[in-house]
Amino acid sequence: MLNGKIPQGPLSNKWTDYRSKMNLVAPNNKRKLEIIVVGTGLAGASAAASLAELGYKVKAFTYHDSPRRAHSIAAQGGINAAKNYANDGDSTYRLFYDTIKGGDYRAREANVYRLAEVSADIIDQAVAQGVPFAREYGGLLDNRSFGGVQVSRTFYARGQTGQQLLIGAYSSLSRQISLGQVEMYNRHEMLELVIVGGKARGIIARNLLTGKLERFAAHAVVLATGGYGNVFYLSTNAMYCNATAAWKAVKKGAFMANPCFVQIHPTCIPVSGDYQSKLTLMSESLRNDGRVWVPKHKEDAQAIREGRKSPLDIPEVDRDYFLERRYPAFGNLVPRDVASRAAKVACDEGNGVSPTGLAVYLDFASAIERYGRSKAISTGLANPDKQTIIRLGEEVVSEKYGNLFEMYEKITGEDPYKVPMKIYPAIHYTMGGLWVDYNLESNIPGLFVLGEANFSDHGANRLGASALMQGLADGYFVITYTIGQFLSNDIRTPKFDTNSPEFEQAEKEVSDRIHRLMSVQGNQSVESFHRRLGRIMWDRVGMSRNEEGLKMAIEEIRKLREEFYRDVFIPGKADEYNYELEKATKVADFLELGELLAVDALHRNESCGGHFREEYQSPEGEALRNDANFAYVAAWEWKENGEHKLHKEELRFENIELKTRSYK
Amino acid sequence: MNLTLKVWRQNNPKDKGRFEIYKVVANEHMSFLEMLDVLNEQLVSQKKEPVSFEHDCREGICGTCSLVINGRPHGLLQGTTTCQLHMRFFKDGDTIVIEPFRARAFPVIKDLVIDRSALDRVIQAGGYISVNAGNAQDANAIPVNKDIASMAFDSAACIGCGACVAACPNGSAMLFTSAKISHLGLLPQGKVENKSRTLKMVMQMDKEGFGACSNIGACEVECPKGISLTNIARMNRYYFGASLG
Repeated sequence: MLNGKIPQGPLSNKWTDYRSKMNLVAPNNKRKLEIIVVGTGLAGASAAASLAELGYKVKAFTYHDSPRRAHSIAAQGGINAAKNYANDGDSTYRLFYDTIKGGDYRAREANVYRLAEVSADIIDQAVAQGVPFAREYGGLLDNRSFGGVQVSRTFYARGQTGQQLLIGAYSSLSRQISLGQVEMYNRHEMLELVIVGGKARGIIARNLLTGKLERFAAHAVVLATGGYGNVFYLSTNAMYCNATAAWKAVKKGAFMANPCFVQIHPTCIPVSGDYQSKLTLMSESLRNDGRVWVPKHKEDAQAIREGRKSPLDIPEVDRDYFLERRYPAFGNLVPRDVASRAAKVACDEGNGVSPTGLAVYLDFASAIERYGRSKAISTGLANPDKQTIIRLGEEVVSEKYGNLFEMYEKITGEDPYKVPMKIYPAIHYTMGGLWVDYNLESNIPGLFVLGEANFSDHGANRLGASALMQGLADGYFVITYTIGQFLSNDIRTPKFDTNSPEFEQAEKEVSDRIHRLMSVQGNQSVESFHRRLGRIMWDRVGMSRNEEGLKMAIEEIRKLREEFYRDVFIPGKADEYNYELEKATKVADFLELGELLAVDALHRNESCGGHFREEYQSPEGEALRNDANFAYVAAWEWKENGEHKLHKEELRFENIELKTRSYK
Repeated sequence: MNLTLKVWRQNNPKDKGRFEIYKVVANEHMSFLEMLDVLNEQLVSQKKEPVSFEHDCREGICGTCSLVINGRPHGLLQGTTTCQLHMRFFKDGDTIVIEPFRARAFPVIKDLVIDRSALDRVIQAGGYISVNAGNAQDANAIPVNKDIASMAFDSAACIGCGACVAACPNGSAMLFTSAKISHLGLLPQGKVENKSRTLKMVMQMDKEGFGACSNIGACEVECPKGISLTNIARMNRYYFGASLG
C-alpha cells in the first residue's frame, strides 16, 4: 500500500496546520540550493518564478523557443475559484465537493480540498500580475458557469484565459530571469533523469539546436511537463506535447498512476480527413448557451450526411436535444465524460451528422434569440422585428464567444451564427500521471511533479476550468512550501558534480538510445508509426473499452513497438537540429506508455469518469462504478518484461459519502 | 489541387540558403501546415530531409508558427496565423513561395526556423508587474473600468509571433513592445512601473538590433491578433514622459 502522507486532523485544517509546522529553509540556505524545473507552462512557469522569488536558484527548461509557448496557452474557457463573488452559494467546500464528485470519487480528498482552498489566491495573484479578466460595468470581476456545476465560479479572459494566465506566469518568470534568479534554457528537451544516492539530482537534456547532450545537476527536480494525450495521435494537445520527461522518470522507477483516466472533450471540431494533424477544441463555455442535438429520425440524419438536407430544414419537433432529454437537471451542462459518451451513443445509433456520421450539432439559434430579446428591452426598443432581435442577439453572442466562432469559421468554412456548429468528442486531457504524495513528491525522493503531469486532483474526470486552477495552485502555492520538506535536509549538501559516474552513465544511456534509433535506417516514417499507434488507442482504448479489445490493443502495441525499432526511418544526423529525431524519441516513449494505459484500463473492472468499460454499465447505459473493489489509485511500476507491477493507494472518503453520480 | 512550392532551404545559420521547388497534391480542407506535413511525408518517404518549420498548437494562439507566404507574414488572410490558414484560399495550379520571417534580429536557424529569443529579452527587460506570489490583495479590491480592461486585453492578445517585425521594412519591434507596455500601463496595477518599464524595454529593443518605426503600418496589417498602431503612439507618449523625468 502506498502512503500519500496526508496530514492528520480535520479536512479544513489539514493544509494550514501542516504548513504552519513544516520544516523551513532559511533564506541564507535557499541561496545555496538549486532546483531544476522542467516545463514552463502554467505549473512550471509559476513554480520556477515562485521558487526563485523565495530565493532558491532555479534552472528552468523548455523544448520551445520561448517559455511563453507552452500548451497551457491554448486553454480557452476559464479558471475556477471559490470566491463566491456571484453570491450564489459557492464555498471552498462546494468547490471541493464538485471536484470530488466530478472526478467520480477517484481523487484524494486532502489534495482536492487544498486545491479549493488556494483557488481564491490564484485569482488575486493573477489580477496583481495584470491578467485582464472579464469585468462588469462596475469594474469588478465577472464570472460564468461551466460544465458539471451549478454555481458561477469561473473567471475568464474572453476565450483566451489560458493565454492570459500563462503570459502572467511568463512575466513573473521573465522578471526572475532578469534578476538572475532563474537560468532559462530554451530549446532543451529532458531525455533522462539522474538519480544520485536514491534521490533525483539532475537531468540530461538535448540541446535541440545543436543536438548536443548536456548535463544539469540540482538538489531537486520538478517536472511540470504536461499530459500524455498525444499517445492517441489525434488530440486537442499541441503538436509538441509529449510524455517523454515523465516517462523517463517512470523508467527510473517512478510510478505512473491511473494512466487509463483520459478525458475526452465533447466539443471539438470533427475529423475531416486522413492528413489531419490535430483536433481543435471549441471551449466548453459554449455549452452554456449552445444546445446539443441530432435529428430524431435516422432518415433526416442520412439526408444531412448526404447533403440533401441542411440542419435548418429540420423542424423543432424532429430534433433530439439528447442531453436535455437524458439529463434534465444539468442539461447541456453535464460533465465532459457524460456529454462525450452521450454524443457517441447518438452517432452509434445512426443519428450522427456530417459525411463521416461522427458529429452532432451545437446550436446557438435559441441563445441568439433570447439575448436579442433582452438586449432589445434593455435598449428600449419596443416591438422589435425578428431581424433586429437576431442582429442584437448575434452581437451579444459575438461579445461572449466571438473569437471561438471566428476560429470555427476559419477551420470549417461555415458560419456558426447561421448554421449550427458540428462537434464531436476528442482526446483532451489526461487525469492520470506520475504518482505523487501530498507534497507533490513522487516515489523517487526529490522528484516533484506538478500540473497535468501528476495524477493528483481530478480523479477519473476533470471538471472544466479546473486544469488552469490546478497548474497554478501547484506552482504558486503548493510546491513553494512542500519542497522545503525535502530540501531542509539538504542544507549542508554541496552542489553536485556533473562529472560523477551517475551523470556519466545517464548521458551514455541517452546517447545509446539515440544511436539505436538513428541506426535503424528502415523504411517507415516516425509519423506513420505514431498515426498507427493512435488508431489502436482510439479504436480499442478510447471512449469505450472492453476486455477483448484491450487485450488485443496490448498485443498490437507490442508488435508495433517491435516493428518501430526494426523499420523506422529518421533522416539527418543526431548532432544537429533534427525534428524527425525529436519526434522519434517521443513516439518511442508513447509506444510504451500506450501499453501501460491499456494494461491499467484492462485491470480496472468498473466504469468511472473517463474510463468506460462496456461490461460495466446500467441498462440505461450509465457508467457502473465499483467502489468495493476499485476505490484506490492504481500506481504502476514499469517492468521491461511486461509484468508491470501494481501498487495501490487506498482512497479514504471521510468527508464525502460515495454516491452514484447522477446529473439527471 | 496540384501545387508548386518554392521553399527556402538553409542548412544552418551560416549557410547561404536557396529556394527549392517541390510539387505537392493537397485538398481544400487541409490547413497550410498540414499541406507542408504532406510535403514532408513525401520527402521522408524518398529518404530526403524534410523542410524544417516551427508550429505547435495549430490553433493560432501559441505564436510558434511563422512563414512568409507569397511575400506576406502568415499569408494573405488578415487576422490569421499560418496554422489557421486553410488551403481553400488557394487554387489548383498555384505556385506558392514560402520563406522564413526575415529580420536582422531574427537569425535563421534552419530552413524556415528562426531565432526569436530577442523578443523574450525585451520582455525580461521590464514586461512585467513586480509582484511576488503571496503579495496580492483581494482581486476585487481595485475596480478596473470595463472599457479600460477591454483595451488592456486587446493589447495583451499579442502572441509574440514576430510577424510585425517581419512585415516592417525596418525590422522594428515597436508593435510588439508597445503592446506589452500598453497592456500593463493601462491597468492600475501596472501604472506604478510605467516609466521605468518603458525606458528599459525600449533600450533592450534597440540593443537587440530591431529597427526604428517610420509609421508605415505594415505591422498592424499583418498582425494576426489585430494589435493596433495606437499602442505605438501610447508607448511613445510614455517614453517621452519618462525621458523628461
